[in-house]
Amino acid sequence: MRNVWIIWRKEMRSYFVSPIAYLLLTMFALVFGFFFWNALGIFILMGMEAQMRGQMFPMNLNEQVIRPLLSNSAVIGLFFIPMITMRLFAEEKRSGTIELLTTSPIRDIEIILGKWFAALALYACMLLFTALNFAFLFKYGNPDWKPLAIGYLGLLLQAGGLLAIGTFISTLTKNQIVAGAATFGVCLLLWVLEWVGGYETATWAQVLSYLSVVTHFESFAKGVLDIKDAVFYVSVIFTGLFFTARSMESLRWRS
Amino acid sequence: MEKTASLPQNRMITVKELTKKYARTTAVDHISFEVEKGQIVGFLGPNGAGKTTTMRMLTCFMPPTDGQATVAGFDVLEQPLEVKKRIGYLPETPPLYPEMETAEYLQFVGRLKGLSGGELQKRVDFVMDRCAVADMKAKLLGKLSKGYRQRVGLAQAIIHNPDVLILDEPTAGLDPKQINETRELIKSLAGDHTIILSTHILPEVEQTCEQVIIINRGKLVATDSVSNLQNRARGAETVLVEIAGRNGDLQTAAVESHLSTLSGVSRVQFKTSHGARNVFEIESQKGFVRGDIARAIVQAGWDLNELRPAAMSLEEVFLQLTGGDAQGTAAAKEAN
Repeated sequence: MRNVWIIWRKEMRSYFVSPIAYLLLTMFALVFGFFFWNALGIFILMGMEAQMRGQMFPMNLNEQVIRPLLSNSAVIGLFFIPMITMRLFAEEKRSGTIELLTTSPIRDIEIILGKWFAALALYACMLLFTALNFAFLFKYGNPDWKPLAIGYLGLLLQAGGLLAIGTFISTLTKNQIVAGAATFGVCLLLWVLEWVGGYETATWAQVLSYLSVVTHFESFAKGVLDIKDAVFYVSVIFTGLFFTARSMESLRWRS
Repeated sequence: MEKTASLPQNRMITVKELTKKYARTTAVDHISFEVEKGQIVGFLGPNGAGKTTTMRMLTCFMPPTDGQATVAGFDVLEQPLEVKKRIGYLPETPPLYPEMETAEYLQFVGRLKGLSGGELQKRVDFVMDRCAVADMKAKLLGKLSKGYRQRVGLAQAIIHNPDVLILDEPTAGLDPKQINETRELIKSLAGDHTIILSTHILPEVEQTCEQVIIINRGKLVATDSVSNLQNRARGAETVLVEIAGRNGDLQTAAVESHLSTLSGVSRVQFKTSHGARNVFEIESQKGFVRGDIARAIVQAGWDLNELRPAAMSLEEVFLQLTGGDAQGTAAAKEAN
């Protein structure tokens, strides 16, 4: 555990002394801010229209602003996750520092967990910016905080799975760009996989669409904690980290 | 060298039939050797001989395909964590994080190796002082010069005061002054640590090491003390003499025939001449014939300008042992 903490601190530091963290945080804040502004604009327009028509159908911040925004940030996250994970192992392999880590009295799994938790922590920092935006809703309205909390949990779980996959891909190459591009491709595929379910009902199509990371997020976005979906994400995390461990082991046999 | 001190408790590293095969090639082929506590061992061979691979197996960076290796009594396959605790390793390129500062980096490595608290701080200060990098304490590693990078690399290798130090080409890419400093530093570390250092530069082994392990194409060629190896290949003594004739001209054939009549001299050969000065190589049996040579030259009416023993360099030993193949010659050339 102590070793995981040592690696975590080192990774966090290298995220935050390099421009990586600031660039990612800024871009994410900008993009999400734009989504938030739009969502709020639409919400206000709908509210005014409802008033003009004299209809009083219930306006709900949770349903009409927070829920779509959570789904949006899940998708925006897909684009940022490769940039978080691509350097994790590729950079160590290129610079040779991987030799320092693997010849130190520390287990592979501790290195992997330290790095993965650091990636997750950076993602959590990005989510903090969404929290800043949502804080305005709480100041000027009264949304329910519980669905939002569950939504955040879902985002972290989903990101955890994709970050684990990205970490695995990063062990496969010395080239950060290759790692990033491959991770992006996989993330994108895992997102659009659900489309298959739209026109095909055979078993294989159902399996593919089950594997889509986005479908499992819908319950979280609604503010419902569905154990099945949580289990899905946790298994993705375990699978990703397991493959990372295997890959590190095979690195030693091959290199 | 103390050949008698081969008691098991004095043995720091034992390598038995160690083999590493890659997909198509065999990088290390059934190598066996032992290293005793406190020794500096030179691991010598041309580029691609399997030095780095052997070192990587000793440091548990990669597992051997076959054979066995133990460090301080722990097997590299069975108890890698115990081995890693006792080994300090400097890979060919120092494993530095460019975005870290020197002191901070050493703290990180110290923590990785299991140090903490006051002890960690003490060790960091100690190794910075020992490796003369304290003045670069707060400088980013990415901005350090090559010599400093190498010394920080050494500092990280000794931070946890390991029993064994494994240094992969510690002087590669340094300028002559830095090479000297690094060698001195390594020598000064020998008391506390058992050191294996690899190199393809022969004088380095002669200057730094007590024992040498020569490998070529993955196979062990020789393992012995440096002085024994030099003697083994030499057997006879060779001296170089520079002679000038009194009146400017000198019959080299006359010199050759005159000197070879001396008892104990087995061969006299004219080497080069610089104007009036002629250099001869004289091979003799062991024992002191230099006095006789000097006397004979002067009595014959020639001027003796210089007389010095031609010590055989490891380079020649190496060429003899490896059969002077193309690879060996290339490495020898590079060494010059």
